[in-house]
Amino acid sequence: MAIFGTALLALCTLLGVALGEGLGRLLHVKANVGGVGIAMLLLILAKIWLTRRGKLTPGMRLGVEFWAMMYIPIVVAMASQQNVLAAVEGGPMVLLTGVLVVATCFGLVGLLGRTTGGAR
Amino acid sequence: MIGIVEKIAEEQALVLSFALVGALMWLSALVSRRLTCGRIHASAIAIVAALALAWWGGVVSGGKKGLADIPAFAGLALMGGAMLRDFAIVATAFEVDVVEARKAGLLGIVALALGTIVPFVMGVIIAWSFGYRDAVSLTTLGAGAVTYIVGPVTGAALGAASPVIALSIAIGVLKAVLVMVATPMVARFIGLDNPRSAMAFGGLMGTVSGVAGGLAATDERLVPYGALTATFHTGIGCLFCPSLFFLIVSAIV
Repeated sequence: MAIFGTALLALCTLLGVALGEGLGRLLHVKANVGGVGIAMLLLILAKIWLTRRGKLTPGMRLGVEFWAMMYIPIVVAMASQQNVLAAVEGGPMVLLTGVLVVATCFGLVGLLGRTTGGAR
Repeated sequence: MIGIVEKIAEEQALVLSFALVGALMWLSALVSRRLTCGRIHASAIAIVAALALAWWGGVVSGGKKGLADIPAFAGLALMGGAMLRDFAIVATAFEVDVVEARKAGLLGIVALALGTIVPFVMGVIIAWSFGYRDAVSLTTLGAGAVTYIVGPVTGAALGAASPVIALSIAIGVLKAVLVMVATPMVARFIGLDNPRSAMAFGGLMGTVSGVAGGLAATDERLVPYGALTATFHTGIGCLFCPSLFFLIVSAIV
């Protein structure tokens, strides 16, 4: 049943976010440390475990994959509620920092990708 | 008649936002196919259009949540809010190739470290050149260059002035917007076409919304790899900026 997949996804998300929150408290940080990342790892582990035991039914898969496919529309909705006005009107310092940081990080992605590409 | 429309917009806010985003995606697919011959990804067009609408929404409503501040579009706040965003991001992990992810593990950690230190240092230097001299403001503005969450969290922890916190948020939001818009354009030049570079990208760029939007517009299959590292970024920033980085900045100033 599809709801089992969605419930599994919900369980992994809740557990991951809770662990991320706990990690934040432990480190005295006012933020969630890697909650979503932990949840993703839990879901990957759950998938491997279910596949091994042959319990990953097509219905269950559907319950997870529907949400994976809804990801882009959700990101579009997210984009539509950004405070773009403030970002654009933030003044020269905001503009300069934003543009330089993003340009530098793009460059670093290329550099990192290349160095590891050579090692392969 | 108008009474019915208003009532439905209020009561069916989330359902209405599904229809609206669907319509926007359909239009974007049309533009992508007809006007750009499929060269520009439909998702990229949809995200840029959504950002433009968010700008318009900000102008019209004077609020901080873009289009979602207009009552008829309030459902977008729920659909695009952190809860469903994180839920959908976790779901993308279902398609992750474990072997690929494990191979890129060390690369992801290096990218995370660089992605926190480099924007912070640049943010501090630029803030310095604009006349900020106190360690609290410098650290807050540097933290804003990490992500728009790290900025205010750091500012609040250090007791920064409210205009400085607002600026740090603006820097972070601009970063997210730029990453969303520019990623599909530069993807080819920075070799962003495989899981390994996607993990490096997620760690370096950090901003979950920027990475999520940028990768979605570039290649959907890369989304989970980028998200996997990006999700640690804000937490690490919130950990180091108000503590270690602040101590270093105040030692230098």
